[in-house]
Amino acid sequence: MHLRIIALVIKELQMLLGDAAGRRLLIMPVVLQLLLFPAAATLEVKNNTLAVFDQDGGKATAELIQRFSQAQAFERILVIHGSDELKSVIDEQRALLAIVIPEDFSRRIAQGANPRVQAILDGRRSNSGQIALGYINQILNQYQREMMAGMEWVQSEPVTVRHWFNSNLKYHWFVLPSLVATITTASTLIVTSLSLSREREQGTFDQLLVSPLTPGLIMVGKAIPAMLVGTVQGTIILLAGIFVYGIPFQGSLVLLYGSMFFYLLSLVGFGLFISSICSTQQQAFLGVFCFMMPAVLLSGFSAPIENMPTWMQWITWGDPLRHFIVIVKGVFLKDMGLNQVAWHVLPLLVIASVTLTAANLSFRRRLG
Amino acid sequence: MGTDPTPSTIRTDPVVEIRQLQKLFKKTAKPAIETLTMVIRPGKVTGLVGPDGAGKTTLLRLLAGLLHPTSGTVRVMGLDPITDAEKVRSIIGYMPQKFGLYEDLTVLENLELYAALRNVVGERRESDFSRLLAFTDLKTFTERRAGKLSGGMKQKLGLACTLLGTPQILLLDEASVGVDPISRRELWRMVQVLVDGGLAVVWSTAYLDEAELCAEVLLLHEGRLLFDGPPSQLTDRVKGRCRLIRDISGSRRQVLSRVLRCGSVMDGVVQGRNVRILLKKGSEEADLSQVDLGASARIDVGAARFEDGFIDILGGGPGGDSVLAEHIPRVPHAAEVVIEARALTKRFGDFTAADHIDFSVHGGEIFGLLGPNGAGKSTTFKMMCGLLVPTSGIATVMGIDLKRSASEARQRIGYMAQKFSLYGSLTVRQNLLFFAGIYGLQGDRKREAIDQMIRVFAFEPLVNVIADTLPLGFKQRLALACAVMHEPPILFLDEPTSGVDPITRREFWTHINGVVEKGVTVMVTTHFMDEAEYCDRIGLVYRGKLIAAGTPDELKEKAARPGLEDPTMEDAFIELVQGYSA
Repeated sequence: MHLRIIALVIKELQMLLGDAAGRRLLIMPVVLQLLLFPAAATLEVKNNTLAVFDQDGGKATAELIQRFSQAQAFERILVIHGSDELKSVIDEQRALLAIVIPEDFSRRIAQGANPRVQAILDGRRSNSGQIALGYINQILNQYQREMMAGMEWVQSEPVTVRHWFNSNLKYHWFVLPSLVATITTASTLIVTSLSLSREREQGTFDQLLVSPLTPGLIMVGKAIPAMLVGTVQGTIILLAGIFVYGIPFQGSLVLLYGSMFFYLLSLVGFGLFISSICSTQQQAFLGVFCFMMPAVLLSGFSAPIENMPTWMQWITWGDPLRHFIVIVKGVFLKDMGLNQVAWHVLPLLVIASVTLTAANLSFRRRLG
Repeated sequence: MGTDPTPSTIRTDPVVEIRQLQKLFKKTAKPAIETLTMVIRPGKVTGLVGPDGAGKTTLLRLLAGLLHPTSGTVRVMGLDPITDAEKVRSIIGYMPQKFGLYEDLTVLENLELYAALRNVVGERRESDFSRLLAFTDLKTFTERRAGKLSGGMKQKLGLACTLLGTPQILLLDEASVGVDPISRRELWRMVQVLVDGGLAVVWSTAYLDEAELCAEVLLLHEGRLLFDGPPSQLTDRVKGRCRLIRDISGSRRQVLSRVLRCGSVMDGVVQGRNVRILLKKGSEEADLSQVDLGASARIDVGAARFEDGFIDILGGGPGGDSVLAEHIPRVPHAAEVVIEARALTKRFGDFTAADHIDFSVHGGEIFGLLGPNGAGKSTTFKMMCGLLVPTSGIATVMGIDLKRSASEARQRIGYMAQKFSLYGSLTVRQNLLFFAGIYGLQGDRKREAIDQMIRVFAFEPLVNVIADTLPLGFKQRLALACAVMHEPPILFLDEPTSGVDPITRREFWTHINGVVEKGVTVMVTTHFMDEAEYCDRIGLVYRGKLIAAGTPDELKEKAARPGLEDPTMEDAFIELVQGYSA
């Protein structure tokens, strides 16, 4: 039987790679995303405006403002003089963040008490705001420590932040491993579901069904080429990450490829299921799109899962991308061990068996 | 239409004039239409006849102003369809293939929509509606959704929509494809009424028998105009050269194959239990006695047909020997039942597509399911080869239900889908390799089988050509090659020759006849009445039921009555359907 599957796989690859348009369709997204994503999807906050409403006006606050202005995140400091102005600065998005330094700031510093500062964030740009606020906190902590040097501590040791595994907080270190996951997702799904619905559209599917191939074998024959495509694309991004973007690969390739296999398997399950309920390529394409959007959103790629409501966090367990992103980042950046990887592969296994079974059942039902 | 036409009011000046028209498409090397000059006159049906890919649709679209000519001129009532598009569109009623009805709208809603599109409003709209609904006999169905109409009624509704706004020229593109013979006759009657009223009707068709119903015929083949004139002129060309070999005692397929080897015979087909041949020009007195026709055979003179004329222009049929059959091993001749349907039923919701169908096919036999589109023959066919699960009843092949069977059973059948489902983006060789692969051929056997197919079907110069770009005839050969490479003893063929030219169709049937003589069993579906004549036995499928079964001649005899002594297959179909409905 394996010879028949090889025939299927060869045919599938010939169809994929046979014409120039098909080849472009597989290569272009990889190249484009590799070029664009690390540059465009940066999470670093740079070159913003910080508004400062200094109610204190003392020497201590001048020093603090000076420090703010030296931070890379803030190119400009906008000094404001009243709460009306404060409101309009945020409303009109002239500043990402506004800091209000209260009248008693210098006094409390002098007294050795804990000084207080109010920060106003633009909720419309909450992500960048949060990150900018992180910078502000760092500066404040540093400042406070220095001011109080020699004085008696009222408070515990301030927190020192050190980012492990990405100590310089380079965001393409964060983005590229995730790209390994997201790009392979799109092409694996599209290759699986479109190839099947194309056969249905052109009537060749019946030809396969009357051949000695069983529906199960046909599915295997569809799965292998898609998984090959996904693996090759993943490898390209991996290599580009290491050699072009200089991200150090810390972990085990065996673990990465091993878990990639199960990840692609779960994707193929979704792809086959989508195509088993569609009759045209157009429907299948929409189906893939309907799956992709929430899968990326719920994966933790763009928003942290911990911030989602609990019920939605439960849903994310069914999202294979979520588990694989953890694995790729873990293996890539911090040499995640077999034990931990296994805990994330397990859900992938469950997802794959559920979707593959569903696809298989749905095929058989449609034949009836 | 409504009023009696008086011949004096009918103008006979051409309404369409075409000069030196050429149409090239960028993607194909051959022109879709090669230098064409012709006229279309009002008051008659002009048939645009030819196989698929002849250029019929391209020509109609050029007339309707939907395509720009590459060179040459098109004039509709003296107007250029491109620059005077708006005026020309009010003169022309164009009904494309598979007329664009909105299946979810009712009959009346479809009419209203097209009336709005054609700017037919007010009282004129109401009078047009009542006139057209009466004309097409759709009055009682105005509230029915178009999707629920039968194929014939859909075409009638399409015609009604095309007639809104009283066009003077009707362009009907393959209006009768797959329509049952009764509705087809009705459509022709309606068209006749329209031309009697002074309209010009252009009727495009791939059915050569329809050519004989037209007043003028333009015979197109691969973009070239082969014939222009009344159909009788073409049949006159072959007059007196047609013979019927009757009372054949042995295998009529062997007789056909032998008689085609004779130098004076240019074409021949199996027609029921007889063999029909066409003699070469100048060989009218040919003596066929040296051909072994069997003891009892006698030769009659047959009536010439339009198709004979077409074959004559093309230079004769392909000969009667199948190289394919020579290479196929003999199937141990088993006269027992090989394919069987018992009370086979399929329901889709409340619609019964196939209703208690019974038949059996013996080894080495060609069995045909004949019926219009939507009658249930495809559903039945698909249940037989295991592509659909019956709601009830049993379908067996070699005593096995293919649906539940192991793949070994499916290894023993060959299947050729409608429209030759090949992998269009793969080359000829890649297609052959793939099908050899999935049927488990390997090593030397695989190489030999592929080489053999390349030799038998003359693919040598084409092995690296992408299948989609092959001419239709070669696509069909390739599909057949892929279906028989693993030497199956049973062949399933779904509408194998619809739309191909008569030479290609004969070549195809030569191969089928050849393999059947080797003991292969063939089950075929068709809506071609002519094609049914090749079968040993046929089942007539109509509205989900098998209304009659038997040899083609038995069915014709059943239908014979005073006034219809020698019915054609189509006559037989109509008689049997009417007898069944009554």
